Amino acid sequence: MLTTDTIRPRGPIVIDIENITKHYVMGEETVHALRGVTLQIHRNEYLAIMGPSGSGKSTLMNMLGCLDTPSSGRYEFNGKDVSAMNDDELATIRNHEIGFVFQTFNLLPRSTSLRNVELPLIYAGVDAETREERAAESLRAVGLGDRMQHKPNELSGGQRQRVAIARALVNNPSIILADEPTGNLDSKTGEEIMALLENLYQEGNTIILVTHEADIARHARRIVHLRDGLVESDATAEQPEIETLAFT
Amino acid sequence: MKRFIYELTESWKIAFAQMQSNKTRSMLTALGVIIGIVAVTLMGTAISGIQTGFDKSMSILGDDVLYVSQFPWARVNDWWNYRDRREIKTEYAEPLNRMIAATPNSNLLLAVPTSNISKSVKRGDNQVTGIFVQGTTADYPLISVVDFNEGRFFNEVETRTAANVCLLGYDVADALFPSESPIGKEVQISGQQFRVLGVGARQGSFLGLFSLDSIVIVPLPTFKKFFSAKSESDVRVKVRDKLKLADAKDELTGLMRRVRALPPEKKNDFDINEQQAFKSTLDPVKNSIALAGLFITGLSLFVGAIGIMNITFVSVKERTKEIGTRKALGARRRTILLQFLIESTSICILGGLIGLTFAYAMCFAIATAFPSFPVQFSLGLVLIGMFVSVLTGLVSGFAPAWSASRLDPVTALRYE
Repeated sequence: MLTTDTIRPRGPIVIDIENITKHYVMGEETVHALRGVTLQIHRNEYLAIMGPSGSGKSTLMNMLGCLDTPSSGRYEFNGKDVSAMNDDELATIRNHEIGFVFQTFNLLPRSTSLRNVELPLIYAGVDAETREERAAESLRAVGLGDRMQHKPNELSGGQRQRVAIARALVNNPSIILADEPTGNLDSKTGEEIMALLENLYQEGNTIILVTHEADIARHARRIVHLRDGLVESDATAEQPEIETLAFT
Repeated sequence: MKRFIYELTESWKIAFAQMQSNKTRSMLTALGVIIGIVAVTLMGTAISGIQTGFDKSMSILGDDVLYVSQFPWARVNDWWNYRDRREIKTEYAEPLNRMIAATPNSNLLLAVPTSNISKSVKRGDNQVTGIFVQGTTADYPLISVVDFNEGRFFNEVETRTAANVCLLGYDVADALFPSESPIGKEVQISGQQFRVLGVGARQGSFLGLFSLDSIVIVPLPTFKKFFSAKSESDVRVKVRDKLKLADAKDELTGLMRRVRALPPEKKNDFDINEQQAFKSTLDPVKNSIALAGLFITGLSLFVGAIGIMNITFVSVKERTKEIGTRKALGARRRTILLQFLIESTSICILGGLIGLTFAYAMCFAIATAFPSFPVQFSLGLVLIGMFVSVLTGLVSGFAPAWSASRLDPVTALRYE
């Protein structure tokens, strides 16, 4: 069931998707991954996208993450039309607006935590001194202030995912897009990561979680179920009154 | 712009980290470039060495001296038109000088005859064979640079009286008088005794064909007295201004026609040669050697470049997921392209530096072992070598880097 206790008031619309479709041509066949999805995501929402494999969940995540463009439909990110952007414009949006957290962490193996977290800032054109400062700050925020000079192979799985989250946070993105963030972790470490995401939510970040595990999705305040490329259900926890909040 | 610089610095750091983590692979790949650069640089060195040797030989002929000879120096295809020509006589020098003196504003200065023959020179039990014996007048030092280690050239009186005096080339003096000064001593040429007046300074060889130090110079009248049979003669004429060489040549042709009393309808039966004639014959040969050499050595560099291209393709393939991550984090196409171009280029630069070091060491070794072989290792060569290395890196890295930059981020992220 959805947690209603610590829900936060949501802000203006960040993502506005209207009737987007995506189809791939594979040989003779055309695969319709998305058949017309409409979705609005506000600032400071904590949303989970669920669905079995083949439901279009990954495709939708790629759209939301501006890694891919829809075949048809409208996608506005902070009021900017993303659906018609070219590769480099999309790269800029990803760099400034989206923090990615991957199932497999996707850290650069031969770089220290600090250098890994600095990476988005390099692409953003931030100078070296500020880069280091902000990366260190971001690492401290995820509790890795003492692991800055460690390389990924010197860190545990949970610590690696924390580095990845620090990297996602470092450029102050509009949304954090986490794709099965606990998929490669044991359940205890997974819970720690979910607690960290909860914290980030409480601090005012917008989090989009993509998962097929109900246990993980449970942490979100809004759950969107996909099936066969369509939104099957979209359940939001009621905006609680301030008083109710106090009682529960 | 700022962003571009950060991306550039980042790319260099990645490139070095890559080389460090794949040491064996990088070194093997660089080896191709090393071999290529060594080959190309050594070839370049050899070519410029040949050029230098050639220029040096040419300067011995003198760029302000015209040679009146029976045949042209440049090769001709219609030799039958030349075979009936009369020999050049040393006596031509006299009327030529008279006419030069009589011409106001003549482009010519002075004509000096020389006669040449190959002889053996003996001193006691020592004998050197195949020595170029040259007869000339006391004016010879006026048209040609004659450097002496010791002694002097013969004078007017010694010439006119056909004295048995001579000058020895460096090698002749060295062979016949290994431990003493030859000045004032006697040598024997064709059974005649000659007193040594001077010893020439070391000059080296002409185009590596014959030594300019295996020479003996005697006064022309003396030469005629003893060696005139089977000798070859020419008349050398110094011009006043080497910039007006063509005018001087025309004037000399006119004078020679008068000396030989050729009627206007007859063709020249002599040739006026200059060092340019050698150049025009030898330049195509020299150029084709250079071209063939550079082509062959260039092939080894090309093979090296293919190695780089191959390894960069492998590197792109291996790191597809990393490329996907970088793209997700905001790397643009340009960023990825740059990153892999710099990786391939840095291997080439490494190879180039090592290659140049080897080439330098080898040049040094060759120069030490064979001082007469003209090798020259110049800064220009280093710059060209580095330029070629960088170019190789850019060219061979471009295809893989381009393919990396065009990767679809979704596909790249999913790649395992």
